[in-house]
Amino acid sequence: MDRRRLQAVFRKELRQLSRDRLTFAMIIGIPILQLLLFGFAINLDIRNLPAAVLDESGTWRSRELVAELASSQVLDFRHRASSPQQIDSLLRDGEIGAAVVIPADFEKRLERGNQPAWQLMVDGSDQSVQAAARQLASFPLSSLQYRPGTETPRPVEIVNFYNPERRAQVNTVPGLIGVILAMTMTIFTGMAIVRERERGNMEMLIATPLSPAELTLGKVLPYVGIGLIQVTLILLLGLLVFTVPVRGSLLDVYLASLVYIAATLVLGIFISTLARTQFQAMQMAFFLFLPQILLSGFMFPYDGMPRLAQWIAEIFPLTHFLRLIRGIMLRAAGLGELWFELLSLLAFVAIILAIAIRRLRKSLD
Amino acid sequence: MSEAATSTARAAGETVIVAKGLTRRFGAVTAVDHLDLRVQRAEVYGFLGPNGCGKSTTIRMLCGLLTASEGTVSVLGHALPAEAEAVKRRIGYMTQRFSLYEDLSVSENLQFLAAVHGIDGRAAKLRIDELFAQYHLGELRTQLAGTLSGGQRQRLALAAAVMHKPELLLLDEPTSAVDPQSRRDFWESLFKLADAGTTLLVSTHYMDEAERCHRLAILDRGRLVADGAPGELMARLPGMTLRVDSDNPQRLQLALARQPHVLGVAQIGASLRVLTDRKEDGVDWLRAALEKVGVEARVEPTQANLEDVFVAVTRGRSKD
Repeated sequence: MDRRRLQAVFRKELRQLSRDRLTFAMIIGIPILQLLLFGFAINLDIRNLPAAVLDESGTWRSRELVAELASSQVLDFRHRASSPQQIDSLLRDGEIGAAVVIPADFEKRLERGNQPAWQLMVDGSDQSVQAAARQLASFPLSSLQYRPGTETPRPVEIVNFYNPERRAQVNTVPGLIGVILAMTMTIFTGMAIVRERERGNMEMLIATPLSPAELTLGKVLPYVGIGLIQVTLILLLGLLVFTVPVRGSLLDVYLASLVYIAATLVLGIFISTLARTQFQAMQMAFFLFLPQILLSGFMFPYDGMPRLAQWIAEIFPLTHFLRLIRGIMLRAAGLGELWFELLSLLAFVAIILAIAIRRLRKSLD
Repeated sequence: MSEAATSTARAAGETVIVAKGLTRRFGAVTAVDHLDLRVQRAEVYGFLGPNGCGKSTTIRMLCGLLTASEGTVSVLGHALPAEAEAVKRRIGYMTQRFSLYEDLSVSENLQFLAAVHGIDGRAAKLRIDELFAQYHLGELRTQLAGTLSGGQRQRLALAAAVMHKPELLLLDEPTSAVDPQSRRDFWESLFKLADAGTTLLVSTHYMDEAERCHRLAILDRGRLVADGAPGELMARLPGMTLRVDSDNPQRLQLALARQPHVLGVAQIGASLRVLTDRKEDGVDWLRAALEKVGVEARVEPTQANLEDVFVAVTRGRSKD
């Protein structure tokens, strides 16, 4: 590994990058676009779910219950049904997502307390609606306290740490740093290296003293800087647009990002040893990106996944980075406390790099 | 090195490339088949053959880019592939396809290559200025390589390949995308390099280019079918070239095509060039043969050229 040759490749790559307007636009554009899209679109708190009510009891108590449910703003009672069949068809048509059914013997049921007094029907085909219904079912409703003086036990009180306002963006933005880096870094480096082969530059370079390792490393190094620029951009936008705080140390955020960037870059190098064309490199990068975004805990909670999926997720760098970055940014944890995740990332870098270097040597022929 | 000195070097037979039984297989296909090769210092050695005859594969093996499936190669006294790194410092390679960076300027491309070869600072600037002057690239220095014409690209690629003053320069069909004037200029540059002591190995499928080489090898389907100086090869032609004139060239051509001993017929203006595998009695034989089928024609011996050699040696093989 010769420092001057490495420098020559690094400088050449920077020059080419500065002339490639499309790539440059993507480096800045992808983080901004993704951040705004995910930030505004992903909202797990359901409000104003279209609903219907079927009140067969028609007492003041049942009317009070409906009024109280409506005031929670979770349900928006657009329809007043007169029969269970009507509720059925409204649900099937997708007209409503939930329905409240109050039976004729509502008051008696309340009095006896051995049977559910009312029923909440939900469209189970939508997971987020189901979750909202479950929340609603545990709501303390004062209209259900029948006998004065005897207090119904309050349902379990949920105290939300770290994200008291339950804003989805607080969870999403730190995760987005990982997702955006996984996407851009791996694709860019994979394509950049394959480009030299596709355009025939490699053929000329192989006959010079420049080694494949020098070429690869020199080409990849500028992307470390680009990755850090992207991290800064997402942090800044997160703070300015969504007021997502960095509760831990900023240095830790950057250190964790640096190790993670290394992981995404070696993945790009690995892809470049398999792909023959830039198009193939892009496809492979997407192939590796999808399971990461699905299994890492960015989209769905890690703890809810089957055991096998959890094992697979442990391989992905994004899984570990999500734990790192959420820990540092939201819980003010230090890298010392999160050492296992950091170590996992470093192990990933070492293993994939070793495989990639072996393949680089072989790919000469 | 002076011209006299280089001719002595050539005459002294200082061997730069020695290949013995060089073979390369790609799966079931044998691209290069037991090739024996000797190239002397400061000569322009040509590889002549149709596309897919193994020229590029051989050149790649000589650069250390590909490893041979069989056989031994030594380049500049280094055995390949074991000493490939040492060889790479002393050779230049000009690829068939333009392989410099199209989104970098002429001078940026040369600066990059200078750095890759470990030439830096003042030395790099001096060498690049020298190359600008030698290959008329000075005015193009700020132009992006992707916007150069075919001939300009060729000059830039050559300048890049000789950046580190290699002792051996391998060129893979360097003039396939260049106009005739640029081709002539390009060959002038090659001879200048040879006169300065550089050994050149050039592959081509142009007969006129092959004829300019000091020595050449004719390759056909991975095998070396003839080698030597162009003049020697023409003198050794296993046959004879005849010029045939007739009032009815089409009928003549038809009659000739049915003849045994005719290896090739080509129309040159109004007359036909006929290559036969008969040696001394060629003229008499053809006259008799044409008389027998009742075609009137004038038959005269004519000077053989490299194309005749090429047709004779490759045709001979396809018949066995």
